[in-house]
Amino acid sequence: MELSLGNIQFFWSKQDVFDFYDQAKSSLADTVYLGESVCSKRRELRLEDWLSIAKELKQHGKKVVLSSMALLEAKSELAVLKKVCNNGELIVEANDFGAVDLLSSQNLSFVAGAALNIYNQHDLKYLYNKGMSRWVMPVELSKDWLSNIHHELTQMDLVNKFEIEVYGYGYLPLAYAARCFTARSEDRQKDDCALCCINYPQGLEVDSQEGDKLFRINGIQTLSGKPQNLINDLPSMENLVDIVRISPSSKESLAWLTLFQQNVSGHAPISLDGYCNGYWHKIEGMASVS
Amino acid sequence: MELLAPAGSLAALKAAIDEGANAVYLGFKNDTNARHFAGLNFSDRQLDQGVNYAHQRKAHVHVALNTFAHPNRSQVWFDAVKKAHDIGADVLIASNISVLDYAATHFPDLELHLSVQASATNAAAINFFKPFGIKRVVLPRVLSYQQVANLKQDTDLDLEVFAYGSLCIMAEGRCYLSSYMTGESPNTVGACSPAKFVRWEETDQGLESRLNHVLIDRFTDDEKVGYPTLCKGRFNVDGKLSHALEEPTSLNTMGLLPKLHDLGICSLKIEGRQRSPAYTRQVTRVWRQAIDSVMRNPSGFKEEQSWQQQLIMLSEGSQTTLGAYERNWQ
Repeated sequence: MELSLGNIQFFWSKQDVFDFYDQAKSSLADTVYLGESVCSKRRELRLEDWLSIAKELKQHGKKVVLSSMALLEAKSELAVLKKVCNNGELIVEANDFGAVDLLSSQNLSFVAGAALNIYNQHDLKYLYNKGMSRWVMPVELSKDWLSNIHHELTQMDLVNKFEIEVYGYGYLPLAYAARCFTARSEDRQKDDCALCCINYPQGLEVDSQEGDKLFRINGIQTLSGKPQNLINDLPSMENLVDIVRISPSSKESLAWLTLFQQNVSGHAPISLDGYCNGYWHKIEGMASVS
Repeated sequence: MELLAPAGSLAALKAAIDEGANAVYLGFKNDTNARHFAGLNFSDRQLDQGVNYAHQRKAHVHVALNTFAHPNRSQVWFDAVKKAHDIGADVLIASNISVLDYAATHFPDLELHLSVQASATNAAAINFFKPFGIKRVVLPRVLSYQQVANLKQDTDLDLEVFAYGSLCIMAEGRCYLSSYMTGESPNTVGACSPAKFVRWEETDQGLESRLNHVLIDRFTDDEKVGYPTLCKGRFNVDGKLSHALEEPTSLNTMGLLPKLHDLGICSLKIEGRQRSPAYTRQVTRVWRQAIDSVMRNPSGFKEEQSWQQQLIMLSEGSQTTLGAYERNWQ
């Protein structure tokens, strides 16, 4: 089983991003995802910056994937997506079927990201034939769902034709909207957001009136209120999952790569206080099953 | 410009067609339908009656098969495609690759519309779904008016937009808030914030609405009480209590009607299969009058006060919004 470091979903300063990947070079991640997937107004780093980070990571033995935007509305966003897809160096994680179309029409292989609605073996076969080399499972699906898919893929002789990746650690991307919730929390309109989400490098908590951590808002994105943590579920992923993703929310997230590595066989479990793992267990995502 | 009305039941279908809907959309009584609610939808006999009723009155029937096929039960979705074809539906509305592919391969004559649940918000995404022979795209409620106008130029497929009804604020098909809280989502089960998880409790602090034990909102005696759709609750962000994601409100695009007409939008969809036949009747009546008026005289269209009053009364929280069509809302 390999480990990946997901792209940063939050908005960090250029310096913080460079510092983060400087540390990531020596982490246990086999694959590192780079790039912006949430908001096209976040331009601390340009494509060239991401490519230069990629170059360094590759020199340290990392495989690198360029993530692309999940919600594309404006023509200008589509133009940026085209540049990302045509970067010429890195394989792209498609988070919208628009990206799949742009990549497959050029016979470029791609990673099908978790923001794509792919729910069964027929969808996977269709996308495999379009050039999908890896599938990141939608975060709301369970081990049971994946096992059913795996069973069907076996019948279709499609097992091991592409890799399967699962979100192992981090705040789960749950929804994308036209509205910017971070701007709204500061009584700003999206067009006048002043890029205020850079002030919330881990997003903003949305709590119930009883103090339950429900969600975390990050621009137009809504994440889970608690980070998901499947560290103790790693043994149940054997023969089902090829890659487990750590989705970073700070530099400290890199330590989870080590902890996950240590518990692949279940020898170093961790207390799950404050985390959730319900989706993997086929119940509400916010729940925690020990 | 087509008026497309919701039919959650045979009574609603008849009401919509009697009031002048050009087409209705409906779904089966299982989880192939993103409005899979107890007490809603059509038995086989009602389907036959509904299709006959519509066709005798020259109205079309669209079948919404807009959830995502489960890996171990995908035949249920494929059977539903066949059933839509066999009952004589005019259109199949679908979002899942496997369902679209099956329909295109097995029933090439069945007209396909790309469901809003497919979340196609741009020309490239629409291109991805084109090989299935899609004739029309139902646009997610996340685009501004200008973005809809741009998209109209960039695609040769027909475009359908939501005109009125409950407002999903997230990109449809890409929202897992419901399953995060309850284990059931629109994509997998065909329901958002399902009623079986809802509890109401009268407490000293007011009437509380809960979804799977989570407090969604708390109402004082003089406040209007709303269903605990989880994105419309009152939550704390940075120490401030508010409708952090969205207020209980309905989408109403009446003010944009002449512009949508000029743009060449082919169909206006009314949301609300989960609402009563009386709701369907009233909303359809108002929109029929409005569309007739704009088609008679596009440049001289004037919104009648009585239409607005009726729509406000039928709206969630008695308030309406242009939603994402208007950039200020975003």
